[in-house]
Amino acid sequence: MARRVAIVGTGQTDHRSHRPDVNGREMIYEAVKRALDDCELSIHDIDAVVIGNMDHFESINYVDTWSVEGSGAVMKPIMKVTTGGTTGTSVAIAAYYHVASGLFDRVLAIGWEKNSESDTTAAIITCSDPIWDRFSYSGAIPSLATEASAYMKQYGATQEDAARVAVRDRTHALNNPHAHLRRPITVEDVMASPMLAYPIKLLDVCPRTDGAAAVVFAADGVAQKIAPKPAWIRACAVRHTYTWFGDVDYNAGLVSLQGASREAYQQAGIRNPAEDIDVAELYLPYSYAGLKWIEELGFCGPGEGPGFIQDGHTDMGGKIPVNPSGGVISTNCIGATALLRVAEAAGQVMGKASQRQVPDVEVALATGFGGCFWSDMVILGTVRP
Amino acid sequence: MTTERDYGQLLTLTFSTPMPYEWSIGKYGSLFFHEIRAHQRFIGIRCPQCGKVYVPPRRLCAPCFMELDELVILANLGTIMAFSVVNYPFPDPATGEQRPIPYTYGYIKIEGSDNIFSHIINETNVERIAVGMKVAAVFRDREEMQGNIQDIKYFEIME
Ligand SMILES: [Zn+2]
Repeated sequence: MARRVAIVGTGQTDHRSHRPDVNGREMIYEAVKRALDDCELSIHDIDAVVIGNMDHFESINYVDTWSVEGSGAVMKPIMKVTTGGTTGTSVAIAAYYHVASGLFDRVLAIGWEKNSESDTTAAIITCSDPIWDRFSYSGAIPSLATEASAYMKQYGATQEDAARVAVRDRTHALNNPHAHLRRPITVEDVMASPMLAYPIKLLDVCPRTDGAAAVVFAADGVAQKIAPKPAWIRACAVRHTYTWFGDVDYNAGLVSLQGASREAYQQAGIRNPAEDIDVAELYLPYSYAGLKWIEELGFCGPGEGPGFIQDGHTDMGGKIPVNPSGGVISTNCIGATALLRVAEAAGQVMGKASQRQVPDVEVALATGFGGCFWSDMVILGTVRP
Repeated sequence: MTTERDYGQLLTLTFSTPMPYEWSIGKYGSLFFHEIRAHQRFIGIRCPQCGKVYVPPRRLCAPCFMELDELVILANLGTIMAFSVVNYPFPDPATGEQRPIPYTYGYIKIEGSDNIFSHIINETNVERIAVGMKVAAVFRDREEMQGNIQDIKYFEIME
């Protein structure tokens, strides 16, 4: 039987497009220090560490050992977990497994990326199959463009519908002092930005960011002594499907997210997501995901995403605020990105989200997205499960 | 490529040395390229459990976790399932050079197969390309073939 586990502390860097003032280890240290300070623990209190990033982005292949002076893992059990875009939720879920197993009481999860150190598109291409896919593949944008085109065709959604998602996230980022992009934009700005691959324009997609995040997980009995209001793990789900982009059924929707959410809702006893969840930090790497994936998550019905956004249900003060932090469209240090979703959701549950706090949060949702349309999900709550 | 060092206060280290790899294509993947060279057509493989025909052929069906061995001969024809005209510049990790843009990345369903084949389509005008159009693979001249994905030059719209 798994032990109950809660998040007791979180930390993140002040995210920027380029941090030439720190190397990777030093940047990791900044997030770890803030997470430990947040829960008033010292590195000596940490029993084990899980760390991850996109290793081909910095060409650092043994991040677990290379990073120890920043992660604080000297003479401790440390594991590297790397799963592409979902790395951040993978390290969180792996840290949860560590504590739930009963073997460790306090475990630190770390995600980080120095996106500035390589060309993001070229680095992402190295994820695809070298024999079959690399020749024509051009990074994340065209497969997302394919998904977006299929969605627009199916439901008549427009480019303006998607632009409203980017505007929402960028507006929310104004409340987050850690966010990378903190300049407000309008639907007109999005529409006027350069077309990257139809229908995706520059302001529809996430930036490239240098940043790190760290989250402390603790066991039942220990967590309550560390944090006055811990964020309990209510559910975790992982769905990783194919690695061949040609195997994806673009008309079936994001099946990994459908599967992960079904399982996580069942674990957490959620029947009506838009009513039962108080806030969501979603890994939306581009604006169209903010329309379609909230349908996969059951916030609204198929094809209802654009209306749900336009009616303000996902704004601050709405039915289910999405991305109070500004989300991925405002900050994208890839290996940290999904862990930031978990950290932000935990902050909401713990009542520590300062200017971006949604009032009276009892249940918060975090998602991860990556690889070849893979999805992870974490549900956190104030109530010990 | 060495340029004059920018001696800003915060320095960076640049790595730009080629580092070669040699990837195994495998038995079925090799047959795919042999078939292109011999007959200018494709070869796929059928899963004995779910019946799906995959192209290029591979040893394993992921959802069934089954080994495949029934090869299927396929024509060099297909249908555009999705496409994307790529307008943004980036270095190609295969060559180290900027990949020429614009180019059209296409998802093509090869006739008789059940998955999608990724390649390029030789049309970058969005007005002249649509989902559902029939395409044919255009191959390199036989003496120029090298047993890799570029033995297919591109897919050409037939109508
Ligand atoms: Zn099968």
